[in-house]
This record gives sequence, C-alpha cells and structure tokens, in this order.
Amino acid sequence: MSIRNQAYIAGAYEHPTRKATGISLAQLHAEVAKGALEDAGLAKDDVDGYFCAGDAPGLGPLNMADYMGLKLRHVDSTDTGGSSYLIHVAHAAQAIAAGKCNVALITLAGRPRSEGMATGTAPRVWNAAAPDVPFEYFYGPTVVNMYAMCAMRHMHEFGTTAEQLAWIKVAASQHAQWNDHAMLREVVTVEDVVNSPLIADPLHRLDCCVISDGGGALIVVRPEIARSLQRPKVRLRGAGEAPKHQMGGKIDLTYSGARWSGPAAFAEAGVTPADIKYASIYDSFTIPVLMQLEDLGFCEKGRGGAFVADGNLISGVGRLPFNTDGGGLCNNHPANRGGMTKVIEAVRQLRGEAHPRVQVRNCDLALAQGTGGSLGTRHGSATLILERES
Amino acid sequence: MAEALALPSNPETEPFWQACREGRFLVRRCDSCGQAHWYPRTLCPFCFSDRTVWQDGSGRGTIYSFSIMRRVPEPYAIAYVTLDEGPSMMTTIVDCDFDTIRIGMPVTVAFKTLDDGRALPVFRPA
Repeated sequence: MSIRNQAYIAGAYEHPTRKATGISLAQLHAEVAKGALEDAGLAKDDVDGYFCAGDAPGLGPLNMADYMGLKLRHVDSTDTGGSSYLIHVAHAAQAIAAGKCNVALITLAGRPRSEGMATGTAPRVWNAAAPDVPFEYFYGPTVVNMYAMCAMRHMHEFGTTAEQLAWIKVAASQHAQWNDHAMLREVVTVEDVVNSPLIADPLHRLDCCVISDGGGALIVVRPEIARSLQRPKVRLRGAGEAPKHQMGGKIDLTYSGARWSGPAAFAEAGVTPADIKYASIYDSFTIPVLMQLEDLGFCEKGRGGAFVADGNLISGVGRLPFNTDGGGLCNNHPANRGGMTKVIEAVRQLRGEAHPRVQVRNCDLALAQGTGGSLGTRHGSATLILERES
Repeated sequence: MAEALALPSNPETEPFWQACREGRFLVRRCDSCGQAHWYPRTLCPFCFSDRTVWQDGSGRGTIYSFSIMRRVPEPYAIAYVTLDEGPSMMTTIVDCDFDTIRIGMPVTVAFKTLDDGRALPVFRPA
C-alpha cells in the first residue's frame, strides 16, 4: 500500500513567539493546536488522532490529550528528535489510509530560551540507561561539536570550504529579512559568517541556528475532508524515514540518513530532485543542509559546497530556493527541534502564502527534509514530498 | 568536559571499565564474523551472534575527525579515532597543542581518571 495522495495537510500554524516567558509549555502546545485547527477551518472535536514527540510534557500523548480535552481513537508518539514531525505526517497518512483516524493533529512546542538551556554547548543525555552513554558522555559530545566533526570530515574528503558553508547562512538571512517574526533579520555576508567567532572548529557562531521558544502544529486529513474545506489543497505525495547510527563503529560522517529516506520518498512520489520547486532542509547548522542536499540527490556527493555557493539557495536568484522563512539559522528553532517549521514553510509555499518577496512562482511540488538527534552520533532522517492539488 | 553523571549499573560492560582501571584497553570481537565493533556489546551488531569475546586492544589508531570546543571554560578536542582493530570510537585528544591536531594523525591510548573513579580511555599523539 502506498500513502501517495492518501492524506492532505489542511492546517498549519507557527506560533509567533520566540521567547515564551509568560506561556507554559502545555499552553504552547494547545495554542499551536488551536492555531492549526483555525487555519484548517476545523474544530477541536473533529480531531480523532494525536501525534507528538518528546517535547510534549508528560507520558507520550496522554498528558496533552488530557490538557486539551481530546477524544481520540489513534495516537503516535514516535520520537526521532526534530525529524519526528515529518514522520508524524507520514504516519498520520498511514493511519488515515488504514481507516484509523480522519483528522490528525501534530504539535510541537518548547521553551529552551526562557529556560536558559545550554542547547548547543553542553552534553545532553536523553536517558542515562542508553548503552552508548558511558562510551560518549564523558568526552563532552555537544550538539555543536558533533556537527562540527561532520563538517571537518566533509572538508577533508571533498575540499568543502568555510566560505561555501557560509553561503547557506547568507541565503537564510536573505529570506529572513522579510519575516516579521524571525529572530535574526539582518542580512549577512560570507565574510560576516567566516569572521564570526569559532564555536567548535570548523563551525562559527553564524554557522549555528537560533535558540528560540515557540512551536507549531499541523492538521492532516483524509482527501474527502480536505475537499470540503476552503483552504488550498496540499497533499502528501511521498515519504521516507530512516535512522542512521554508528553502525557498530563503521562510522562515516560524510552522509546523513537522507541517503535512504530521500530515495524512498522520491520513489513513492514518482518524481525526481529536478522536479522540486522549493525545499525545506533541516538547518541546525550550515553543514547538515549541505550534506542533506547531496544525500537527497540535488547534487553529487562531495559537490554540495559548489551547489550551495553563489546564492543558489536564494529565492528568485538560485536553482533551489530553500528555507524561505529564514529557517532555523535565522527564523525559529522551537524546542531545539526543526522539523515542524520545515513542513509549515513548505505548506506556505505550496499554498502561495509565503512572503511575496520569497514566494516561489508556480510552486506546485516541494520537499521537506528533517534530521533529529545528532548528525555525528545517531539521528533520524525523514523526507516528505508535498504537492499542491490544482 | 562533561559534568558527573549518575549511571545505572551495567554488567555487560563492567569488564571493560575494570580493565581500564588496570591500564588495559579492551576491544570486543565476534568469533562468528571475525569483526571487532564499538562500543562493546554482547550480541554482535553485524551478524547478531552471541559469540563475542573481549580481547586486548592495541591501543593504537588514527584520527578520523575532530573538533576543538572553544566556547567553554576549558577548551577540549573531541574526536573519532579509528582503531587499528577496525572500528572508530568517540574520544578526546589530550597532551598536545590542539592546533596541531589533524585528520589521519596516529594516536595511542592513555587513561584519564574521572572524579567517580572511572578510568576513561583518551588518546594522545603517538
């Protein structure tokens, strides 16, 4: 069974806050749920499936279902870090195709900024019983130095340069200048990026994403419901998911799980990278963007540096407009999990509701790519291919 | 580097840490497929055989990748080192000028005693 065209994203909402000092975590989840339902033109009681990940407070979906007063017949709390929400879209489509729910709600929210979390520069342990912890934690693996080791190896094998990585940030900043809600709206240059302080060699401060509070939500529905609503119709054409880990010590930091999730999504969708008009690419740092673009087949492995240079990711300038909201690098990275906002901006582009200065013309086919966990140790990759129904 | 962390007991890998306290670096190898793996486990992650055994490792390897963590009170050099036995492991590079670290550099194991008594295998230039 394929999920191609079996489900539609009818509602999408990104919380406007970037610092939620006066809003509780549960409240953020509920506010984004309300926003997405209103966007779709549906009511809370229409929801019969709920999807969330580890950012939802409580035991899986139970506590937020309680808080929001949801009456459910299907739940899924798959957690692969920031890529969870792309997987949730695919799993919602599966559940809808199997008749297990009609209207699926997916929420993400977090307050790392208000809570003063040392997001990138302190080691994080999800569960001290994880078997890898004693063999890693004491060495000080942080988010930034794990991604940095990927960049270091990519540079070593392929000659990728800091200037090429900087172009990714430059493109994001060109887009963010038009986003009223973006944390960083100042346009930066390649020189600004490579002259910013080194955080973990070879990554500079401006190679890193923002730390922000906020969240987002999606409503996924069956085709008959989508056709009854007043919103532009965005359907799921293909999806792929794949974890990548250390493979028993056969470590290769030059590629991501998108090498597997990408081809699966393209095969299901029956399209190729050349058909994609817009791409949301997970961007906790510059380097994962470059690696995922290669792994998804937008260019050959090792050629990502040349592909992203000279504005090729800037809307209206380059071949592949990416992250036109400013992405995690400039706009928003709520809960330190970037997948939700990737899907939301892809939906905006397909609806023609992106900012006019970054809206891609005739945007009928888009890709959203998420990575969650850590690129340098274990991560989940998820790819969605979304299509506007004309 | 990392703060102290309370870890649950782990009978599967205690022999590894005991050997470290004695200054020996062990590697886990599978007798069925012949491959060493990292981190050590009882069921081989390649062929899923339970015929895995401890062996004395050479303690030698080369740097696969690394990064200098600059934005902390005490900068440190995290790395993946590819052991002569085959697998790559996370570690830190010590006892050198961080700016001299290069991918491909030969390194050898040393042990650093942590506050909780753990002897942590780290590497320094060979």
